[in-house]
Amino acid sequence: MKTPKFLLPVAAAGALALTLSACGGGGGGATATGGGDAANGLDARGPITYVQGKDNSNVVRPLIEKWNAAHPNEKVTFKEQTDQADQQHDDLVQNYQAKNPNYDVASVDVVWTAEFAAKGWLQPLKDKMAVDTAGMLKPTVEAGSYKGTLYAAPVSSDGGILYYRSDLVPTAPKTWDEMMGMCSIAKENGIGCFAGQYAKYEGLTVNASEAINSAGGSVLNADGKPNLNTPEAKEGLQNLATAYADGNIPKEGITFQEEQGRQAFQDGKLLFHRNWPYVYNLAVTEGSSKVKDVLGMTALPGKDGPGASTLGGHSAAVSVYSKNKATALDFVKFLVNEENQKFFATQGSLAPVIEALYEDKELVAKLPYLPVLKTSIENAVPRPVTPFYPAVTKAIQENAYSAIKGEKTVDAALSDMQKSIESASAGQ
Amino acid sequence: MATELGPTPVKEPASGGAPIHHKPKGVGEDNAIASQGKWAAWLLAPTIFALAIVIVYPIISAIVMSFQKDAGLDPATGLFTEGGPAGFSNYTNWIFQQCAAPDGGTVACPPGTLGAQFWSATGTTFYFTIITVTLETILGFWMAIIMARTFRGRSLVRAAVLVPWAIPTAVTAQLWLFIFAFEGIGNKLFNTTILWTGSEIPARWAVIIADTWKTTPFMALLILAGLQMIPAEVYEAAKVDGASAWQRFRMITLPLVKPALMVAILFRTLDALRMFDLPYILTEGSNNTTTLSILVVNQIRQGFNSAAALSTITFIIIFIVAFIFVRFLGANVVEQQTGAGKGKK
Repeated sequence: MKTPKFLLPVAAAGALALTLSACGGGGGGATATGGGDAANGLDARGPITYVQGKDNSNVVRPLIEKWNAAHPNEKVTFKEQTDQADQQHDDLVQNYQAKNPNYDVASVDVVWTAEFAAKGWLQPLKDKMAVDTAGMLKPTVEAGSYKGTLYAAPVSSDGGILYYRSDLVPTAPKTWDEMMGMCSIAKENGIGCFAGQYAKYEGLTVNASEAINSAGGSVLNADGKPNLNTPEAKEGLQNLATAYADGNIPKEGITFQEEQGRQAFQDGKLLFHRNWPYVYNLAVTEGSSKVKDVLGMTALPGKDGPGASTLGGHSAAVSVYSKNKATALDFVKFLVNEENQKFFATQGSLAPVIEALYEDKELVAKLPYLPVLKTSIENAVPRPVTPFYPAVTKAIQENAYSAIKGEKTVDAALSDMQKSIESASAGQ
Repeated sequence: MATELGPTPVKEPASGGAPIHHKPKGVGEDNAIASQGKWAAWLLAPTIFALAIVIVYPIISAIVMSFQKDAGLDPATGLFTEGGPAGFSNYTNWIFQQCAAPDGGTVACPPGTLGAQFWSATGTTFYFTIITVTLETILGFWMAIIMARTFRGRSLVRAAVLVPWAIPTAVTAQLWLFIFAFEGIGNKLFNTTILWTGSEIPARWAVIIADTWKTTPFMALLILAGLQMIPAEVYEAAKVDGASAWQRFRMITLPLVKPALMVAILFRTLDALRMFDLPYILTEGSNNTTTLSILVVNQIRQGFNSAAALSTITFIIIFIVAFIFVRFLGANVVEQQTGAGKGKK
């Protein structure tokens, strides 16, 4: 109290702490990659790390063992993240922001590619770093590209499938109107007609953009600007809103994520159900499933033919901060070669990105949904490719949710969506 | 509570130190005290050092960030560029709900942006706080009174009551999500068809029910600790004087438990104001259950600097509430204690 000396050590410690921790920080944003190839580590080889979300079906570890056995001097270490997509995203952002050289190769969800590329965190896969994408499904390559440059090599893909009850539906519907016309069958049988994922989360963005794309509209135009005040977009979203108001989408549909919908379909409570390929295995093997023998699969319904599915899946990207980029590139190529793609498909039920594999007899015997999925992915549209994806998906969710519930007219919802996306991508 | 017995004799010298030493104050005394103070400071230094790293630095860093613009996109290269200094614009944008306009200025945030949700999220946060803390206080008090009695199996009850509090909130939220699912046990049990997570009022109450279930035991234990500090003789004396049970509760229990109760309510209020995991998992913030913390986390994904401003605003809001509590509601506690201290001397 009397002596300022008392405070001296304390102040010293505090000051030291601040300086030390300041060293750990550092700005983010774009980095100008200067220097030659050597300085950027384009030719360097050595041990690297592969970062991916939880390896639920145990496909990554065997592959890495195989790689390590063949490359004793360029061993790959597996850094496993959680199984939550948001957490994986945040973990990648933090490590890229901190310029962590140990995040050499990372598995990137298709919707993050543009954001990470625009931040300057991903090594463009061109020139020396080029990956051969011939033979890969085109939409998957588009989803790994930003402004015409490939930033992430497609590893696995995913697309929506329309599951239906083959005992009740005589012929699979090809268009949305046909499907809605069949809802009388559902009524006669006292079950719900159709449901996808309409709870307010990422799945709603998937379903709403599918509806808009299938009606011939698009969320963003080719320049990445919102394009929602169009008759096509209106028709698409209106389809969902009308179906919900009519009860063709049962009222609990508004709470459905993938699992709730799958459960309802498996319990025999839905005539049609939009979901991902993973449902197939569970619906035919789970003991409680009532649709085991009556499971039909077809492409999503569109305006005049197959609808435009939203593309899912993951790509492999090389970090610009990696010190051993030559090894990293080789490992990326290793992940996407045909043999390993087949392994992913058989072991992990991950849809391959190589077109030819969809006609592989052995694979189709094991995964009977592959032909349908191929149609789905060929017609697929990547979710809006924009570096502002987190804001764009929120804008879609918020407004599509209100529109489907009937709290807002479809016109108002689309116009608010348009304005929100404009504002988000205006920067500051 | 019980600060006079505090285990921090190092503080004593600063305020005189006479009570510790019984010999009269001499020349050597001051030196001893001074060197003791110095020692204390050096002993405290590592703690201060650690606190500076984990608390002071992040706070300062967040505040610095909140005055920076978020990175914007360079249309020519398609790359993000640093935003530069922002002044108070990050703060005013939140408070006046203004968003960037395509032509460069600002517009009122259209529905669907996070900016449009600031005031509704603030309202939701306080709505949850007021209702859950009230419910938890009433139920917690009731549970504490039951637990304070002596009966067979009392320790079992005390342990059992703690179970909801011991389960991590994320797990609790997931459990309640199953209960509140349309085909879940909640609707089955009561034969209802409520869309618990799909419409506004049920969604809010789903969060309130889950939070009350989870945190009432915490309240009960803090209040129980306060109840146990009341000596039994006081009650006996009151009984002898013919006080009824209600009078004993109102005139003895309530005033004597008040300090502990106030602390418990303060803790819970501050906790509830930062509520995040329950609504995030139960409803993802849909149907007006977005709290300020959820808004911060959503904003982090869209821009750090604006999120830093929002968390600073949240911090200020919580600070004001804490200040009001200590200044106006807890003022009595402080006065009583200093009064007692003076009386002793």
